[in-house]
Amino acid sequence: MRRIMAVLYKEFLQIRRDRMTLGLIFMLPLVQLLLFGFAIQTEVKHISTVVFDQSLSADSRDLLESFSASGYFDVTMAVNSYDEVTRMIDSGKAKVGIVFPPDFSENVRRGTSAAVQVFVDASDSMVSNQAIAVANFIGMIKSQEILTSKLRVGAAPYDIRVRPWYNPDGVTAYYMVPAICGILVTLSMVMLTSMGIVRERERGTLEQLMVTPIKPYELMLGKTLPYIVLGYIQITVALLVGVLVFHVPIKGSILELYILTLFFITASLGLGILVSNIAKTQMQAMQLAYFIFLPSILLSGFMFPRDGMPKLIYYIGNLIPLTYYLDIIRGIVLKGIGFSYLIGQVISLLVFSVVFLTISTLKFKKKIA
Amino acid sequence: MIKITELSKAFGSIGAVHEINLEIKKQEIIGIVGPDGAGKTTLLRMVCGLITPDHGQVLVMGKAPDRMEEEKDKLGYMPQRFSLYGDLTVSENINFFGSLYSLDKKTIQDRADEILGLTNLIAFKNRLADNLSGGMKQKLSLTCALVTRPDILVLDEPTYGVDPESRKEFWKILYRLNKEGKTILLSTPYMDEAELCMKVAFMDNGRIVSVDSPANMREKFSYTVLELKSSIKNSHVLRDIPGVIDAYFYGDSYHIVTPKDRDNLQFIEAALNERNIEVFKLEEIAPSIEDVFVSLAEKEVV
Ligand SMILES: Nc1ncnc2c1ncn2[C@@H]1O[C@H](COP(=O)(O)OP(=O)(O)OP(=O)(O)O)[C@@H](O)[C@H]1O
Ligand SMILES: [Mg+2]
Repeated sequence: MRRIMAVLYKEFLQIRRDRMTLGLIFMLPLVQLLLFGFAIQTEVKHISTVVFDQSLSADSRDLLESFSASGYFDVTMAVNSYDEVTRMIDSGKAKVGIVFPPDFSENVRRGTSAAVQVFVDASDSMVSNQAIAVANFIGMIKSQEILTSKLRVGAAPYDIRVRPWYNPDGVTAYYMVPAICGILVTLSMVMLTSMGIVRERERGTLEQLMVTPIKPYELMLGKTLPYIVLGYIQITVALLVGVLVFHVPIKGSILELYILTLFFITASLGLGILVSNIAKTQMQAMQLAYFIFLPSILLSGFMFPRDGMPKLIYYIGNLIPLTYYLDIIRGIVLKGIGFSYLIGQVISLLVFSVVFLTISTLKFKKKIA
Repeated sequence: MIKITELSKAFGSIGAVHEINLEIKKQEIIGIVGPDGAGKTTLLRMVCGLITPDHGQVLVMGKAPDRMEEEKDKLGYMPQRFSLYGDLTVSENINFFGSLYSLDKKTIQDRADEILGLTNLIAFKNRLADNLSGGMKQKLSLTCALVTRPDILVLDEPTYGVDPESRKEFWKILYRLNKEGKTILLSTPYMDEAELCMKVAFMDNGRIVSVDSPANMREKFSYTVLELKSSIKNSHVLRDIPGVIDAYFYGDSYHIVTPKDRDNLQFIEAALNERNIEVFKLEEIAPSIEDVFVSLAEKEVV
């Protein structure tokens, strides 16, 4: 016990003096979150839109209003010919063009279908898909409205609205922020612990440690416990940024989240120690950490939904601790579910932790050769 | 205290240590002397239980070193490379290693003060180890190795890269520790340090070529050494002279090794004149321990 405390204290002294690592601990969550949160906005809003209104009626203005009000289209330009619409889109000044035919208003009033043409610049698939979807959607709601008003019913009989279930406004930052917490912990825990141990080997301090009576598990515990604290600091910073900058609402219990996070941190630490057993230099440790980090990003469901993955890839994803932690953190933050729904995930993480830590402690020998 | 029998270790195809037999008695200062790559570090690491031998065994106070978990405090080890934490201060390093041996704070403090006083490091207690000079770093390493008051000290090239003044000081400390009863096993690449050991084991190519006291070694040396000061550029011309066993550059002059039983001085002088080699000075000198080692190493190679 005293030996563990001695290593712990030594680690804290070293971390405190290591500006680089400390900076990393705080900056990593900030930078990553802001990067992911803002830059990889998968939702496209404010698409520049040009309009060619040949009808110039109250009805066309009404529909146009709906387009603007959706927030997806910025109707800022009006032109007077098809040619101009095409030119605007080709030159990139507009991404979407809306054309009302001259008989638009008459058709609406007569109750025959009133066609509105929507041109979309398809060179950016993200924008075009979204524009088409939203345009269709608006068209649908509008026709419904018109239909009901024709029937002289006071209010719409039903309100068609597609509601993404857990994320009503489709704000991806909501979905990303909790996941990024997981990514951060993976990256920093694996990297910091493995490099921390390999550094001792590289600098020769391990040789001096080996002649002392310290036991492998004591050394491992003492060296990794401080990183648990760092992991929690990172999660806290990340969640704070999520709440303050991206207004992510935390639906579930924070306490529960923090408790369950421990299992993920230990699993990641275990992985880090495992890496330190293989890597000879800090450089190698870093590369190995990235080697683990990449599949974690790609296969855990962080970037792409796992349901659509090929079977084999899906199963490989099952071997990644982050997969389970994403369920936990997204579940608690976004859905507000509790421990009882997450037992499976917690057990999986526990198994990872025990396996990784046991293997590495057994593999660690107080020998040079 | 330490008994080494038939000890061998190879790394892949490189044999680092070959069938070494060596016994170290209580309160001896024994120096393993040998060139780079001779296998000194490998030998000392096996003594400390850091490397598992391929053959043979080491007994430290009657026990295999990797089985003495609880008696680890009996053996202090100072690795060849500086192996303390550069980002911890002098006293933090000592406290850390002390507490790994489950010593309490007070004991560590007292001993640290005592040894730091002995090594003149007390003024630097709060300095980061990285900011110490080479000599001070070595003294700090020694201090950490001493914190358990071990009976045996194993020091791997403790004075390597240390300036001559600090080396002298370091040896004074070693003698003092030895007087207090410590057995010291050390390695060194410096021949002049061999002279300071009670017993010297000359190691070359993984083998111990000779073990004896420095005085005995010189005694047994059966050649005459001549010192030559001359303007020649290398020793090849000297080696070609009949009757010269070996010749090499030594400091600011050449040493010429010849058999004892001839009237060498005149013979060599004549040979030098014959070859038009300028002679500033030529005289017989007492062989140094280094001359002994050079000849031992040559024999090994031949
Ligand atoms: N861990 C190791 N793995 C592989 N080879 C090694 C290892 N340690 C030492 N060797 C090799 O064994 C031989 C003896 O090395 P050793 O370090 O024992 O020599 P040394 O006498 O201490 O040399 P130096 O004066 O340079 O410290 C060398 O050829 C070295 O390359
Ligand atoms: Mg060595």
